[in-house]
Amino acid sequence: MATALTRKDFASDQEVRWCPGCGDYAILAAVQKAMPEFGIPPEKCVFISGIGCSSRFPYYMNTYGFHTIHGRAPAIASGLKISRPDLDVWVVTGDGDALSIGGNHLIHVLRRNVDLNILLFNNRIYGLTKGQYSPTSERGKITKSTPVGSIDFPFNPITVALGAHATFVARSIDVEQKHLGEMLKRAHAHRGASFLEILQNCNIFNDGAFNDLTDKAIKAEHQLVLEHGKPLIFGKNRDRGIRLNGLRPEVVTLGNGVTENDLLVHDETNLGLAFMLGNFEPPMPTPVGVFYCESRPAYDAEAAKQIEMVTAKQGKGDLNKLLRGGDTWTVN
Amino acid sequence: MQLVGTQFTSESALAGNDIATVPDFPAEIRAPAGTLAGVSSFQVNISSSEIFTAGDEPNVLVAMNPAALKANIGDLSPNAVIIADRESFTDANLKRAGYTSNPLTDHSLDKFQVFEVDVTKLTTLALQGTGLSNRQVVRCRNMFVLGLISWLYQRPIESTVSWLESRFKKTPEVLDANIRALKAGYNYGETTELFASGYKVPPAKIAPGVYRNITGNSATAIGFTVAAQKAGRPLFLGSYPITPASDILHELSGYKNYNVYTFQAEDEIAGVCSAIGAAFGGAIAITTTSGPGVNLKAEAIGLAVKVELPLVITDVQRAGPSTGMPTKPEQADLLMALFGRHGEAPLPIIAASTPADCFECAYEAVRIAVKYMTPVILLTDGALANGAEPWLLPDLSKLPPIKVEFATNPDGFMPYARDEETLSRPWAVPGTPGLMHRVGGLTGEHLTGNVSYSPSNHEMMIRLRARKIAGIAREMKPLEIFGDQEGGDIVVLGWGSTFGPIREAVKQTRAAGKKVSHIHLRYLNPLPKDLGEKLRRFKKAMVAEMNLGQLLKLVRADYLIDAIGCNKVQGRPFKVSELVSRISRALED
Ligand SMILES: Cc1ncc(C[n+]2csc(CCOP(=O)(O)OP(=O)(O)O)c2C)c(N)n1
Ligand code: SF4
Ligand SMILES: [Mg+2]
Repeated sequence: MATALTRKDFASDQEVRWCPGCGDYAILAAVQKAMPEFGIPPEKCVFISGIGCSSRFPYYMNTYGFHTIHGRAPAIASGLKISRPDLDVWVVTGDGDALSIGGNHLIHVLRRNVDLNILLFNNRIYGLTKGQYSPTSERGKITKSTPVGSIDFPFNPITVALGAHATFVARSIDVEQKHLGEMLKRAHAHRGASFLEILQNCNIFNDGAFNDLTDKAIKAEHQLVLEHGKPLIFGKNRDRGIRLNGLRPEVVTLGNGVTENDLLVHDETNLGLAFMLGNFEPPMPTPVGVFYCESRPAYDAEAAKQIEMVTAKQGKGDLNKLLRGGDTWTVN
Repeated sequence: MQLVGTQFTSESALAGNDIATVPDFPAEIRAPAGTLAGVSSFQVNISSSEIFTAGDEPNVLVAMNPAALKANIGDLSPNAVIIADRESFTDANLKRAGYTSNPLTDHSLDKFQVFEVDVTKLTTLALQGTGLSNRQVVRCRNMFVLGLISWLYQRPIESTVSWLESRFKKTPEVLDANIRALKAGYNYGETTELFASGYKVPPAKIAPGVYRNITGNSATAIGFTVAAQKAGRPLFLGSYPITPASDILHELSGYKNYNVYTFQAEDEIAGVCSAIGAAFGGAIAITTTSGPGVNLKAEAIGLAVKVELPLVITDVQRAGPSTGMPTKPEQADLLMALFGRHGEAPLPIIAASTPADCFECAYEAVRIAVKYMTPVILLTDGALANGAEPWLLPDLSKLPPIKVEFATNPDGFMPYARDEETLSRPWAVPGTPGLMHRVGGLTGEHLTGNVSYSPSNHEMMIRLRARKIAGIAREMKPLEIFGDQEGGDIVVLGWGSTFGPIREAVKQTRAAGKKVSHIHLRYLNPLPKDLGEKLRRFKKAMVAEMNLGQLLKLVRADYLIDAIGCNKVQGRPFKVSELVSRISRALED
């Protein structure tokens, strides 16, 4: 590229149509800001989405885009990436799209480790269909379809992804632009399926779902920012941390004989730790950052390798040979 | 038995006969042996003249146990030869098959020529001293039988010997045993005076050229591979295993050096969706399945219709509804293929009529998909998939071209601008500078493809796509009439695998002096332009199909022709005799 790319190069001419105040705007801004830094020209980038408010995303990116059908984006993106490993392929999905109707595709794309960047916008509600509870809604949620409260137990996207043997699992928050930008970069840099859950406020149907984590006055008490190799510390005064009591994590306050040395140190490569942190629910703080990152061959690269290997061994396919496979005979 | 059948077929093909086969096996992998449900059979018809079916009434039945006899005896021709493995007609086996007395001794088989052969004993004798276990010896019984029928029909067994050599390369003792059993069977036929003499089936007079024996599923796999190579693009198959379509997935998985990607997806939805993704990226994309899978794929196929991407969906039809009879053929998915999506979602439908025809149809499906930027449904069925016939290898240079021209010019590029003639849109694949655009399931504006809720635009887009598909009829050659070109008393209209029995029945009734003709359809959507006019040349039209009248409904609706239905849904092909009598009845009515 002769001139450096800017965020404008990634913005399409389509009018953005989310509700004013929707968290999706902030995510769009963060992605458009991050993309130029990857140095990949827009024509090499593809955004594939399912159905939902979040899945409108591709229309606003000046890249190739495919707004597909509900829940199926991971499958469509897999076919594209496997046959076109040269492309930078992103999946944008919602909590309903990815974990309800598309749950099957999500777990399989993660276990296969197809080299995709998967962004799950989790607003813990069905936005587009106007406010039914979703698989990530907390138990007892009152919505139009659950007037006396939902009775099903929610999924936790992070532990679902870890359970599916994802090789990169992270979480960020729509309004934490700097952190979100960093997580996008990490996700993009990872070879294989990167799974990034982005907590997103739906100010129409589930406003304030993540208030604890976004309200400036209190967020430091609730956010636990994960950093590889660093002790798990949080709190406005950075005076609280996570310590292991036997095999159980507990929140401790530093001082009175408790020092940083007593705290758990984050290790992105430790799957057990990732599961433990993934399971943190209030009153424990909510972790954000990279839970887990492991290097494992990506499906698309392996598929390409097999084609290369077989071609090297058997030679490039010869159609005349193909037709003559099996016994032939000649009739005069 | 499938193995013996396949090998006997190969021997016959090499002997120059025309052949047609119908394998028939239980859906259960290991159905209880000796029961009727567990019978695995293989029917083969060999002939010195052109044949179209595996035959209604076999002249020879090899029954390895009482259940096999019971399951097939109803189909045999009068005076047929029955070769029975006497030792297997034990009290226990008889009971398992539901016999109260032994048919070999109770005279119930008197109208047949029964030959009792102690297959197990003879095989054991032949293998004495090989040191093989009892179980291994018993496994060689099949080869003894193959040898015996090879002698009966004067087939050379060399090709089977070399096939065994490649199969048992790593286990010389097993190879030796199999060859010994094969030869023992052959010699047994020659030296005993069991059969008065063997049959001679001289080579058939068939078109000159190089032939091979091929099943429908193989022909389909090869057709797709050749099409992708002709298009100069990789082939991408997204598929989920299902009987009777899985063999296409298996076969294509072995063609990696032809730039073939096979993706065994988590379900049929992911199968078709991955193919759609690959099509978006510029691959020749296909998905293969059977009826239940097509149900699951419906929504995604609708997406491909809307975004206008090339894709071929193969439906190897099986008997439904629901799980039905998975290993048995049926043609009851036609209306689903045509209408099984929400909204106005027309797409081309092509049906193969013989195992070898699957090659041409798979190729043609890709050609149309790419030329018209549309999903295409290819219909075959279980009978075609596993049935085999000799295939005259095509001259690859004479196949119609498959032209892939990706859009590259950003000047005035619009993703939904259309070719004036075909109405197809450009194929603009990711990676092309300056052509970035978004497609999706929401209604798009004419030319730009941008999301639009304009009522008139919505109708225009629906009509444009319908016209695009209807326009494919322009390319079709005039329909062939087998029989009376200017019309006659009755025409039998068929599609798909009913080709063989219909052609044979029409030939027979014509030989009896009746003015009967046959039209067979490859294109089911759009229907050929001259179909209505050609049907009207006849006093009567009869539609023969393995469903309750699906094409019949279309013919009546589209042409207001009062056609007659001839329908069978038993998971079995029509018998020629059934069609002959149905035609005669229709002529009398
Ligand atoms: C097959 C199918 N079923 C149902 C719908 C309706 N539908 C559209 S979006 C959606 C839920 C979306 O929720 P989520 O994925 O959380 O996205 P959000 O709108 O919250 O971003 C539903 C049920 C559909 N479009 N297609
Ligand atoms: S409904 Fe909610 S998620 Fe959807 S656009 Fe509006 S605010 Fe955003
Ligand atoms: Mg949601």
